[in-house]
Amino acid sequence: MARFTGKKAKSTPELNMGSMSDIIFMLLFFFMVITTMRESSLYVKIIPPQGSEVTKLEKKSLVSYINVGVPLPDQQKKYGTEPRIQLNDQISEVSDIITFCELERSARPEADRPFLTTAIKADKQVRMGMISDIKQELRQAGALKIFYNASKGNSKSK
Amino acid sequence: MARKTPGLNTGAMSDISFLLLAFFLMVSNINTDMGIARKLPPPLPEDAEAPDVRERNIFVVLVNKDDRLLYNNEYGRIEDLKERAKEFLGNPNNLPNLPEKVATDIPLLGTVDVSKGVISLRNDRGTSYDMYLQVQNELTAAIKEMRDDLSTAHFGKKFADITEQQREAIEQAIPVAISEAEPTKIGGK
Repeated sequence: MARFTGKKAKSTPELNMGSMSDIIFMLLFFFMVITTMRESSLYVKIIPPQGSEVTKLEKKSLVSYINVGVPLPDQQKKYGTEPRIQLNDQISEVSDIITFCELERSARPEADRPFLTTAIKADKQVRMGMISDIKQELRQAGALKIFYNASKGNSKSK
Repeated sequence: MARKTPGLNTGAMSDISFLLLAFFLMVSNINTDMGIARKLPPPLPEDAEAPDVRERNIFVVLVNKDDRLLYNNEYGRIEDLKERAKEFLGNPNNLPNLPEKVATDIPLLGTVDVSKGVISLRNDRGTSYDMYLQVQNELTAAIKEMRDDLSTAHFGKKFADITEQQREAIEQAIPVAISEAEPTKIGGK
C-alpha cells in the first residue's frame, strides 16, 4: 500500500467548467425560442373565460391585441372601476379602435395585411355590450378576422 | 514550435450565461394564446334589406342579460346546445321542420348534401362575456364533431389530421354557419 499513498498530496483535481456554459447557453436559446417578449404591461385585470374547443393562435406577429377588463387596483384612481379597453400600452376609448387598426395594418408588410387577426382578450365578467361595440368598430375598420381569447379548461356543460 | 497557451478559467462564463438566461426568463412569457377564431361579416350598406331566409333554416339562440338561453322560443340549457345544434345542422332524418339541404359537388368528396341551416346568435348588451364564449364554444364543438364524423367517413382520419385540400373540402361541406345579429340596445349598458 505504501507505494500508492504519499505520492501526491490529497486534493481534488480542478473541474473543467468550459462545457457548463455551453449547457447554460443551450438552455438560454431554448427559452429564447419558445417564448415571446412581453410587449406591454397590462393595466387591466383579465381572467379569460374557459372553453374546451380552444385552438392555438397562429402567426403571433400578425396579431394585434385588444384588452378589455377592469383596471388594476393601483390604476383605479386614474381610470375608474368600470371595464376599460387597453390598446398597446394605454387605456383607450372604443372610438380609438379604428385608428388603432389602421396603425397596426400600416405597420405590417403589404402581403401580410389580409391575414391580420385581432385578438380580443376580455375578462369573463365584461358585459357583451362593450364587446359588441368593439366588434362593430372592427367591422367598420375592416378587421374582420377576430379571435376570442380563452383558456383551455372544462366548459360548463361537462 | 508554438507556445502552449495556459488553460483559461471559464467558470465565470457560465455565470454570465446564467445571468442572460435569468434575464430572458423574466422578460418573456410562454406562448399561451388560446381561443376561438371567428370571422366578422363586412359592414352592411345603409339600404341593406334583410335576406330572405326560410324559417326552417334558422335556429335562433338568444342569450339574455341574466345569461339565460332561449332556443327557438323555448327555454334551454347550455348542456343541450351542442346536441341541438348538431341535430339542426345535420338534419339526419330529413325532417320538414329542420333545414333544407342542397346537393353540391365538392372535389374529393363527390356529391354532398350541404345544409342551408344558419344558427342565429343574439345577445343582450348585459350578457356576460363568459356566457357568450360558452355558447360559441358549444357551437364550435358541434361543428367540430360533425366535421370529424364526415372526415372519418371519407378519409378515415379526424379533421385535424387530414391534408389542406381535404380540409377545404370538408369546410365547404360543413361551413361555420353562425350568424350574429346586428347589436341592439336592449338589456343594460
